[in-house]
Formats: sequence, C-alpha cells, structure tokens
Amino acid sequence: MTKGPRDKQMSIDEVVGELRDGMTIGIGGWGPRRKPMALVRAILRSDLKDLTIVSWGGADVGLLVRAGKVRKLVYAFVSLDSVPLEPNFQRARQASPESGLAIAEVVELDEGMFQAGLRAAAQRLPFLPMRAGLGSDVLVNNPWIKTVTSPYAEPDGSTEELVAVPALRLDVALVHLNRADKHGNATYLGPDPYFDDLFCMAADRAFVSVEQIVDTAGLTVDTPVQRLLLSRMMVAGVVETPNGAHFTTCTPDYERDEKFQKAYAAAAADDEAWAAFEERFLSGDEAAYQAAVQQFQEEQA
Amino acid sequence: MSDLDTATRADICAAAIADAFKDDGEIFASPMGMLPMLGVRLAKLTSNPDLVISDGESLFLAGVPPLFAKADVVEGWIPFPKVFDVVAYGKRHVMMGATQVDRYGNQNISAIGDFARPQRQLLGSRGAPGNTVNNRTSYWVPKHSPRVFVEDVDIVSGVGPARAKAAGPAAARYNDIHRIVSNLGVFDVKGDRDTVRLLSVHPGVSVDQVREATGFALDLPDDVPETRLPTAEELIIIREVLDPRSLRHREVPEEKAP
Repeated sequence: MTKGPRDKQMSIDEVVGELRDGMTIGIGGWGPRRKPMALVRAILRSDLKDLTIVSWGGADVGLLVRAGKVRKLVYAFVSLDSVPLEPNFQRARQASPESGLAIAEVVELDEGMFQAGLRAAAQRLPFLPMRAGLGSDVLVNNPWIKTVTSPYAEPDGSTEELVAVPALRLDVALVHLNRADKHGNATYLGPDPYFDDLFCMAADRAFVSVEQIVDTAGLTVDTPVQRLLLSRMMVAGVVETPNGAHFTTCTPDYERDEKFQKAYAAAAADDEAWAAFEERFLSGDEAAYQAAVQQFQEEQA
Repeated sequence: MSDLDTATRADICAAAIADAFKDDGEIFASPMGMLPMLGVRLAKLTSNPDLVISDGESLFLAGVPPLFAKADVVEGWIPFPKVFDVVAYGKRHVMMGATQVDRYGNQNISAIGDFARPQRQLLGSRGAPGNTVNNRTSYWVPKHSPRVFVEDVDIVSGVGPARAKAAGPAAARYNDIHRIVSNLGVFDVKGDRDTVRLLSVHPGVSVDQVREATGFALDLPDDVPETRLPTAEELIIIREVLDPRSLRHREVPEEKAP
C-alpha cells in the first residue's frame, strides 16, 4: 500500500470553524474578480468579529464591513468596476465613529505597496523597499510606515530613501480558484492569477475554495501546467463551492453577474432595501444562497 | 464625413490625448477610462504604432480593436502582477482619471474631505502613488470645473513634481507628470515652481473660460495656442474604426467646434 498526500477536503463551515475573532485574514482575487465569496458569506453567518481584512477589495469587503465583522481594513481600493464605488464600503467610511457603522481602523496603501507587503510576508522578510508611496498621503495617513535609506550610492553619488513596505502577514488566506485536487494543488483557468499564490504564502494557513475538485491527473488534462498556481504545500484545506465566487467573475466558468451586482449596489444604498436583500440572499446557508440566486436570475431572464 | 468643421469636442480631446502618447516610443500605454482608451488607440494607429496596448484586463493586443471590442490578435500577457513589474520597470505611460487635481499637479482619487472620516469615500489610492514615482503619468478630466481643479487636493494619491522633489531623489528620479487633458484644454506641470500650466485651449474655448473653471491660479503663457483639430484621417479612424457607436459623446457631449 503506497501512501499518498493528505486529503484536505473540508466543508465551508469547517473552514470558517478554523477562524477566530481578531484574526488577520487575506482575501484573494482582485476587486470584483474571482473572490472566495462562498467563504465570505459563511463568515457573514458566523459569530466572528474584530477581523482584520487584507484585500484588493470588492464586494467581499463591502459585505464584511456592512455585517460589522471588520475592525481593521487594509486595502488599496474597494471597487466593483462597473459600479466604481463600493456602496457598503463607502457608507462605512463616511459613517461617524459613534454610529457603530464605521471601520475602526483603515490602512490605505498603493496597489503595488500591497503586493510588496504580501511578498515580504511570503518571503518572511520584515519589509521590502520600493518607491511607491513616496511623496503621497499614504505615508501621511500611515505614519507608522517608515522609509529606509539605501546602503548603496547611486552613480551620481546620491543615496535613495525608499519606502520600507511592511510585511502584510496573514493568519489565514482565503482564495477561490477554478479547480483543485483534494490535496490542495490548484489551477486558475481564467486570464489572470491575481495574487492568490502570494496570499497563500503570506499566511500561516490558506484555505482554497474551487469550482470543482478533480483528480490530480485531471488538473493538467486540458490546461497547461503553468496554470497550476498553488502547490499543496501552501494549502491547509480545500472546499468545493460551485458558483462560489458569485457574483464576482470566475472566468471561464462564469463571468460577473452584473444584474445581481446592480441589485446588490442598489440595496446597499437604503436600509430597508438592504434588510430585504439580506433576508432574501444572506439569511440561509450557501445552498439557500445559490437557490435564491437562481430564482433571481430566472426573474431577470 | 471628413469635413474638419464637424470635429466634435470629444474628437478634439481624443486627438489631444493621442498627442500625449506620440513621443513615448515602445512602451505600455495604459489608459484608464473611455476617452483615454480612444486617444491611445488613435495614437497607435497614427503617430506611434510602436505603442504596446492592452485590453485593460490581461492581454497585450497586437491589433487595435474598437472600444470595448475583443482582440483579434494577442501579442502578450499582462495580468495584474505583471503590471506592477512594468510600473517599476518604467516603460509605461498611464493616463488616469482625477477627482481632484491641484495647482502642483497632485491628484486625488482616494476620498473627499478628511481621510479619517471622509465626506465622500472614493476608490482609494489605487496605483496612483506608485505610478507617479515610477512611470510617466497623465490625467484626463472630462468635466473641467473648480471642484476638480482645486488649490489643494484633499488627499494626495498621485504625486506632483514639487512634492516628489521634496520627498527626495528616489521619488523625483522617475516622476514625470506629462499632460493633463480636460474637455477645455491641455496642460502640463512645468509652470513656475512646478505648477499647472495651460498649453492650449480647445477650439471654441477661451483662456478666460479655462481660468474661471479652474480653482487655482494657472500658469498662463503670454500666448496660448488652440489645441489642433483632428486630421481628416484621425476623424475617419475615430468615427469609423474605433468608436462607430459614438460612445465618446457620452463622456464629452457633442458640441461642434466653430
């Protein structure tokens, strides 16, 4: 009997059961693209609180903020693209601290700084130097971010003072890809890996949701090996969540559900409409969500 | 259809944006928004065929498709992680939007009001801080007004040359704020003490009109020329190839030049 690597399949609730109050959680994807929304929805249903969320944000951030799960948010932008300003994020940012709706602490970084911070964490470095941030209010609004002077002189004799982008260390990373095997090897089939590998390596533990769990051999049957973004050594758990990125993109399995996104954004603008949206879509488990979405899509068709 | 008298303000803006990219050589032209995309593609079909363009998502396009059309031939892969590589590499010219631009060419897309509790939360800084200290950066403003062109931006996302110099050689070395194109005129940031300077007014726009629509004292050269009209070739490309559906007029409403 030969032994194979561990089977890491989990349920959505088992993944969320691994999370704790106050954890720093990185969420993969990019804005309204390939977000682990089924896992995000499960966090909404949980009692988790005081989370630090690290995300190039879309509706993942909007939903978690609206549900009061986020104590601290690290972001470079929060946008739904076709709806440029994320309404729930916007509402929280504009709320008074006394209202209980505001985000207690925000760290707004440049997009590239965000990548450098994840990379530093992934490489177990305290920081990485870069130009981005210099001269901008990113350094004014985050006075704890320091600069570092190059130990090397430039050809003209000057020495550059660069931003020391702090490592964005994560307790947990949550990412969504197209396919994985039960051991955690995972492929993206769309146009862009985003930064999901960096998120996983920046985290103590990474949980991957996928459209489909297949045999290891099946991962490279119809797609080049270069699309195998995640190695199982980076992954603590795998969960199959068909349509689990909805309503963000999961190309080529599906594109963004623009009609649903519009309904989400419209509901977010109004307390009563939001309560109705929550009741209809977010009050049950993932299966109930998917059923409600299907009904929504039939109504819209 | 090639009658020059029929050039709309949007056509003029597209040609002015194209001109911002004409001397860039073989670099990645990265337009944010519709008119910038139109202008970049116009430049690639006319003044600068060496430009590298993308679908705004993850592909370098060998062809020059109409606005929002799918590519015919792909010549490369530019997913988001590689975009940051190119930013740091420097062979890139991005034209971003700007909710506010100030006298010193600083740009804000982050938030309006106090950062701790904004009156209006916008996108966030996105890549503006990194863009402006790494690669050539221009701005497109479809509605020139004193609310956009302000004395001081509320939050500095994109860094103008004066602030870059103040931040030291690492910030100033590659800071290159090239053009600001609005629906009224074309500007750079090479005025007195690195301030915004009026380079040309679009046909039908007076210098006074620009001054009134600007919330700070512009650097005004003695002689401000008119922005050039698009050529007959450019008008045909804009209307029949790149934007046959006239999407550009949603951003800059149709208005005949005199």
